This record gives sequence, C-alpha cells and structure tokens, in this order.
Amino acid sequence: MKNYCIKTICLIALASFMIGTGICGAGYDYIDITHPFLRKIPIAIPVFKKVYPGDATERLSGTASGLLAETLDFTGYFKILDRDAFLVDMQTVTSLANVNFHNWTSIGAELLVTGGVLLKGDQVEMELRLYDTFKEKLLVGKRYKGLIKDQRKIVRRFCSEIIFFLTGNKGIFNSEIAFVSNNSGNKEIYICEFDGYNPRQVTHLKSITLSPAWSSDGKWMAYTSYAKGKPDLYIKHLKQKRGTVISKKGINITPAWVPNEFALAATLSFSGDSEIYLLTGTGKIINKLTKKRGIDLSPTWSPDGKNMAFVSKRSGTPQVYIKNIASGVARRLTFQGRYNTQPSWSPKGDKVAYSGMSGRNDIFVIGIDGQGPIQLTHDHGDNEAPSWSPDGSLIVFSSTREGPSRIYVMTAYGTDQRRLLALQGEQTQPDWSPGMGSN
Amino acid sequence: MRKKLLIHLAMVLVIPGLLLTVSCAKKTIRSETSLSQQAEDEAAAEKASQEELARQQAIEEQRLQEEAERMAAARNMFLNEDIFFEFDSAVLLAEAQSILRKKAEWLINNAEAAATIEGHCDERGTNEYNLALGDQRAESAKTFLMDLGVEGSRLSGISYGEERPVDPGHNEEAWAKNRRGHFTIN
Repeated sequence: MKNYCIKTICLIALASFMIGTGICGAGYDYIDITHPFLRKIPIAIPVFKKVYPGDATERLSGTASGLLAETLDFTGYFKILDRDAFLVDMQTVTSLANVNFHNWTSIGAELLVTGGVLLKGDQVEMELRLYDTFKEKLLVGKRYKGLIKDQRKIVRRFCSEIIFFLTGNKGIFNSEIAFVSNNSGNKEIYICEFDGYNPRQVTHLKSITLSPAWSSDGKWMAYTSYAKGKPDLYIKHLKQKRGTVISKKGINITPAWVPNEFALAATLSFSGDSEIYLLTGTGKIINKLTKKRGIDLSPTWSPDGKNMAFVSKRSGTPQVYIKNIASGVARRLTFQGRYNTQPSWSPKGDKVAYSGMSGRNDIFVIGIDGQGPIQLTHDHGDNEAPSWSPDGSLIVFSSTREGPSRIYVMTAYGTDQRRLLALQGEQTQPDWSPGMGSN
Repeated sequence: MRKKLLIHLAMVLVIPGLLLTVSCAKKTIRSETSLSQQAEDEAAAEKASQEELARQQAIEEQRLQEEAERMAAARNMFLNEDIFFEFDSAVLLAEAQSILRKKAEWLINNAEAAATIEGHCDERGTNEYNLALGDQRAESAKTFLMDLGVEGSRLSGISYGEERPVDPGHNEEAWAKNRRGHFTIN
C-alpha cells in the first residue's frame, strides 16, 4: 500500500506550463459532443524527442509516442496522421517550445502532440504538449516524472488531459471493463483496462459465474455464481475479502448498483416469480420494485437514480420498460421487435442501449423519450450485452462476428467497431466501470 | 352268509402262504435293497424338494429382478425423459404434461424420493433472460406435479438458463433439444 502511494506521488505532473497567451480555458468546441464522430480531427503525433540520445531513450520515445497515438485513436475522435507524411523530424528541432506550425497545417494536421523524453536510470521525465496548429496555440502542456514502467500511466494521464480539454469530460482512460470468460474451463469474471490491456481473472469459483456489475465507486462488484450449486448473488469488495452472498430459493441474478449508493437492484425469484428488488449492499431486501406476474429482470439505473429501466414480459414478449421509483409508474419504452433485453442506461441519461432480436441479436440505442431506436450493429453474428463507457462516448458489447463470442467496442453512434481483446474460449457480458479517480 | 364263509376260507389259505413266502426269502439282501431304496427315495424327495425350492427361489428372484428392473426402468425414465418447451415459453405442451403425469406417478410410488427440476433454454435470446425463463420452466413443471398430488416439499427447481446445453449445435434441432426440463433425484 505504501509503495503504491509513493508511486502515485511520483506520477503527479510536476508542472503545467503555458507559453505566450497560453491556455485560455477549455476548448469544448473542438469536439461537438452531439455529433462527435461525424468528423474526426486530424492529429499529428511525431515520435517524442530524445533529450539525450541512447538506446533506452530511443525505445521509450518510440513506445510512448506510439502508445499515445493508440490511446487517442481508441476514443474515435481523431484521425491519427501517418508519420511518413511529416515534413519535419522532431529529433532535429532545437527546442520543443518552438513549433513551425506551417509544417503541420500543410499536411492537414489540426492538432499536434509533441513530447520530450529524458531518462535518468530507471526514472523517466516526459514533457508533453498539445497544440492547435491553425490557431498556433499551446492548449495543454504537462511535465511528468515517474518510473520507466509507469510510461503507460503517464501517457494515459496526458491523454485524459487532452480529452478533458477538448470535451469537458474526464474520459475513459482510468476506467476498466469487467467481463465473463471461460478460458479457464469455467465461466469466471475477468477485468481488463479500458483498451483491453492487462486482462486478469478476478473470480476463481470453478463454476458458472455471470453478469458482473461495478458499484459506482468502482470498489465493489456484484455477480451471479453457481459456486454453491445454484444461481446466487455475490456482492464482493474487489480489494478486501469482504462481502456477502444472497442465496435465496430460485434465481438471484442481474445486479445493478444504485448510482452513488451502497445499494443495488437485483432479480430474485424466491416468491415463485422473478421480480426486481432493492437491496442494501449487505444483501438485505429494502423493498420490491416490480410487482407484475411474469418475468421481470435486468434493472439499469438512470444516472440520478430516480428511474430504473428493466425487462418485463408483462405484454407477452420481453420488452424494455422504465419505472419511476417515486411514483411507481412504469411505461413501456421499446415497441419494435419481439425480444428486447439487456438494457443499459447511458451515463448522460438521455438514452438506453439494449439487445434486440430479429433472427440474431443486435445492439440498439433508444432515447428515453422513445426516439429511435437506432440499430448500431448489423449482419455480424450475435451482438449482445451493451455497456456504456463512463463518459458515454463508447459502448462495449459482445459479438460472435468472428465465431466465438468476444468483447468489442464501438462509438455510441455505432462507428469504429473493433475487437477489444481475444482470450482463449469465449468472452461475454462486458460491464464498463465508472470513471475512477486519478491513477 | 356263503360269501362271508368264502372270504374266511381264503384268508386261512392265503395268509400262511404269504408267511411261508416271507420266511423263504433272502432276508439280508432284501433288507439292504429296501434300505437303499428308502434312501434313494428320500434323496429323490429331498432333491425334488430342493429343486422345487430352487425353482420357487428362481421364480421369486426373477420376480424381484423383474420388479427391480421395472423400478429401475421407471426410475431411469423419470431421470432420462425430459420435457420440452417452445421458444420463449414455459407453457407445458400436451406431451410434456403426459410425461409429467408419469413422473407424478413415480414420485407418489416412491414416497421417500425428492427431485430437482432443472430448467434449461436454447442459446438464442440473452443469458440473463434465459436464467429467468429456465426458472419459470422449472416452476411450471413443479406446479403441475403439485397439482397431481406430489408434495411441494419434495420438489425443488434450478434454472441453468442457456449455460448447459445438451446439444452444442447452432440449429433448430439442437435448440429444440436444449429447451428442456430435466429431472434429477436428490
């Protein structure tokens, strides 16, 4: 724990610096958040300048600048320009602070990221700058100091600064994705970083384990497991050996944490009928949220916690409904199709993503006013279990488009669909974590 | 009167004749023959009775074996005969109902047995919903058995959703096999 703290401190940016007129507030007009992916911003990211030449510095400047390009590319906001087209070699410029912007505007770059790398033993210092090449202005400048092995954290932190400046949102670079994988021979819960990096197994129950759900502080995870022979609900602290198991007769499934509370909704069938209940984080029933005969399940909360979308078969087919918790009134949200399940409420609060079946399963997004729905996946196997990134810009989901079920990511508008990771076996039911403090 | 006289006369003549015959016979041999005959008879009787016993036992054994086989067959049928459902439905079809009637009969005849009903689904649809659907399938089979007089305390249900397909195929034939209620004895 102590080591961890020391590391964190080392990673703190040493300085924000401004040049000339400098940074003048956030530039939210760079990325139109209502249609962010209609036009990608061309950005140039040359290999970082090596302050002192050397093999290790050479490697680091290459990997760090490559990682920065990949990380920004992941957001879907940018068009990363080909380095072969660059007119200037950053290694030959005398000072990183003096940029000939014409060299960049003439190849179409609207944004430019430059970096300088200095190695001292196992320590690295990185100086990173974001420029607007047309306005010839420094937008964000930071200097970081840390261990060489922390370069990924440094790069991500600077990317967060860039995204925060351009969109006003903290972005996704500190977030993680939980999912189910059977590559150990049993379905277990795994967690990877937002870009699929560093997948690791977090349950070892050697059973069927399903439906991971992050608490909104990212510290707890609820899931269903057959470890004791039947589908029970596990509520576990991710770092400490704390938690509880709800093991009532019937099914104990589909947990969904109430935003910013140590409470969650889940589906229990001990009454003989599956209904959604509100539970404390310690597993005690607070009250019953649905009371209709027939299947009710899969709650998902509006960001303010005042409304809950869920799946119900009350009309004869599984459809998504929205219930206002205070009034208790439920209204049907989806009318197209005969099988709409797995709702996921967007972090901005205005939309619900879900899986709809017409032959195969596909991902749809519908406004909470019923606008749409818009189909985001087409003709690519079964696409299921959508979950929003904490900034609402991306959706993670599972797809069988390449055969076995794997985890994929796309923008909230359905563009830039790509595989997040591929482990042995099959991966399903991704759940994107909330944004987690700096790390 | 005359007839009676004739019988007396006959007796006077015949009986000494018989006595004479006996005294003239080879006593020992006759006696041995008689003993061995007796032993043989006894052995034969014994054998016959043993054979009869064995036959009875065999019949009984066969009866027991047949009974056991019949019970095992009934038990196997209880365990192996699944009930099937339509897509996204927990409604008991006519065939499922007739199978459940046999299962109810078995449960009533085997009062000490407790059973678990597994509800399964095909891979279509989504995992969570299929867990609820499998739960509903187990529940509707349980309710049907209880209506036929099986105590609810002897029946439990478990849903496996789409997690344990019996046929891993991705076609209607496989799906039809996987949309099932399966029974186990606890």
